[in-house]
Amino acid sequence: MSHAATDRPELDPRLAAPFPQAAAQTLRNPQLRKNVAHAIDVIQAKRGRLVAEKTDWQDLRAAGSAIRAHVLENLGFYLEQFEERCTAAGGQVHWAADADEARRIILDLLRQENASEVIKIKTMTSAEIQLNPFLEANGVKAYETDLAEIILQLGEGEPSHIVVPALHVNRSQVREIFARRMGLENLSDDPKALTNAARTYLRQKFLTIPTAISGANFLIAETGAVSVVESEGNGRMCLTLPRAMITLAGIEKVLPRYQDLEVMLQVLARSATGERMNPYTSLWTGVTPGDGPQRFHVVLLDNGRSKILAKPKERQTLKCIRCAACMNTCPVYRQTGGHAYGSVYPGPIGAILTPQLMEMHHAQTLPFASSLCGACYEVCPVKINIPEVLLDLRAAVVNQERKQGVRFFDPMYLGLRIANLLFSRAWIFHAAQFFGRIGAKLVTRKDGWIHSLPSVGSKWTQTRDLRGLPSQTFHEWWAARGSEPGKEAK
Amino acid sequence: MSNPVASRQRILGAILTATESVAKGAAQRAEAYAELPRTYTRQGRMSAEARIELMIERLREYDAEVVESTPEGLPAAIQAQLAASGKHTFAAPSGLPTEWLAAGFNWKMDRDLANAEIEQVEGVVTASFCGVADSGTIVLHHSAAEGRRVLTLLPDWHLCILYASQVVETLPEYFDRCPEPPALVTWISGPSATADIEMTRIKGVHGPRFLHVILVRDQSKQSTLN
Repeated sequence: MSHAATDRPELDPRLAAPFPQAAAQTLRNPQLRKNVAHAIDVIQAKRGRLVAEKTDWQDLRAAGSAIRAHVLENLGFYLEQFEERCTAAGGQVHWAADADEARRIILDLLRQENASEVIKIKTMTSAEIQLNPFLEANGVKAYETDLAEIILQLGEGEPSHIVVPALHVNRSQVREIFARRMGLENLSDDPKALTNAARTYLRQKFLTIPTAISGANFLIAETGAVSVVESEGNGRMCLTLPRAMITLAGIEKVLPRYQDLEVMLQVLARSATGERMNPYTSLWTGVTPGDGPQRFHVVLLDNGRSKILAKPKERQTLKCIRCAACMNTCPVYRQTGGHAYGSVYPGPIGAILTPQLMEMHHAQTLPFASSLCGACYEVCPVKINIPEVLLDLRAAVVNQERKQGVRFFDPMYLGLRIANLLFSRAWIFHAAQFFGRIGAKLVTRKDGWIHSLPSVGSKWTQTRDLRGLPSQTFHEWWAARGSEPGKEAK
Repeated sequence: MSNPVASRQRILGAILTATESVAKGAAQRAEAYAELPRTYTRQGRMSAEARIELMIERLREYDAEVVESTPEGLPAAIQAQLAASGKHTFAAPSGLPTEWLAAGFNWKMDRDLANAEIEQVEGVVTASFCGVADSGTIVLHHSAAEGRRVLTLLPDWHLCILYASQVVETLPEYFDRCPEPPALVTWISGPSATADIEMTRIKGVHGPRFLHVILVRDQSKQSTLN
């Protein structure tokens, strides 16, 4: 396992540290925890208010869930329909089986445009395929234009959230990054001043760089349209001003009809940022003469998604519309922040999506990064039963490890094998109780509690006490009680 | 370099195999789609007056400036808004009604204006397609009177004309007003904004920082029940 000793978190699941290790590290960073907790408290309060005012919220969730499930069950049809309609409207559709192919398709398209620079709308999918470093290595400079992405790009940081990727950075840290990288020594840490600095920094880039890359929130099969949901207007700049536009979208992003947006747009902004509607949503269909880019490409990315689709229970992972409500409500994410997940997709959805995108070869500790409290399922606007998938993936990881024989002597597996043996025969169980009581006496204090256990048991008693074993088991009590009903055992 | 045609076949093949047991034939698929649960609110229940009041309230919550006008008073209302802005040069979509082009200002009609020219104007006046009261959203379909997308993007100041008859209560009602899905749509809910720094909402990042709306009362206040 190789992970750099630098401050920059590793978000390639193939290289990232296991979750417990990475989380232990982020938990020791009080500034990061403070920043994350503050941001999440603000979003959660806003979301709570706006969801509560929506009397048909559960109906919208049910519809959102059903639409997304219907799409996935008929994904082949809707993707081909999207391709046909988008092409008819003047767009070009490309298919990428994996990250490598997507990167090369995009680079080829950029070369056709003679592009040495490109402006980008925030897209987590491009982070998934690690597009920016690849373009850089091939002589194309990619400029992020979303404020949070600029903070990360200039500050050489990594996203820790899928909607507000720089929520772990506070205003004075942003000021330091902007002052240093934009040469603005007298910049104040007022968010307004910082936002203005970003506006000035990008204005000329929007007006002069003729090629853009975007992600997609939704693809509309019925019309071949693409939709991008945003706040700042950087998205509109990128999808309106350039001559050529490349959209990278996961194959699961499709919706059957234009009208389905009446559900998705109502649940997305409320879930994501706690707004009734985000400031800007754009939708365009292929190429429109005289308005916007005149060359338009969509790259449809599989990269492990069709494998997820094949499993009936895990399929629901692909219903996700990337609102991040699950991470905002997750008690684990709140403590660790996003970097500990070692993936561009953190939080509960990341804990089920990342290992599956890695085809269960990496990130196997993520399904265990949850208390299974179910809060993520409750807030999910498309009703992904994340705890159910987490449990299924846990079973998959255990089976995998058992098959491989790894961690054979791991205390947990050892303990479980012993438990399996103890519960297999009544006489073994009774014997264990007998000897267990003798053993427990050695560690039980006068107050009737076990305050510290030796060896691996200390992991339990580090943070909690254990009640000592009673002198009589239930079986013994039952037997001693006699056969007469109502008669108390002595 | 991998073969793009092969990848298409491979991905679609994998999808087909993965959904073999659940994917439906054309007729069944259409039926399954039609039967998706849609028990959410389609039609609003507000009176016309309450609907307009809500639209105005929501727009103001987004820091948009809203004034009201009668249909006859609209040109004068536009004139007043432009004068109050302190700006002189305005862009206008090619199809903007000529009576909206207030005298005394420098108008740049959008007959294929270059981006650099639009960047130089101080404001823009456009019509709109629809207003959604529930979320305070203005929908543009980019018709000749609403303008190309760039027109409502680069100028820092946007004056948008919205008729009361264009205002619906719920988002589904907007979709009911779209017999054909439009090719280009922009949903605008207040001026551009960000909350990327400590979740503090900052108005005005890249899009227009100032959104002004004239709400034209083309429905009499008496006909409030619909």
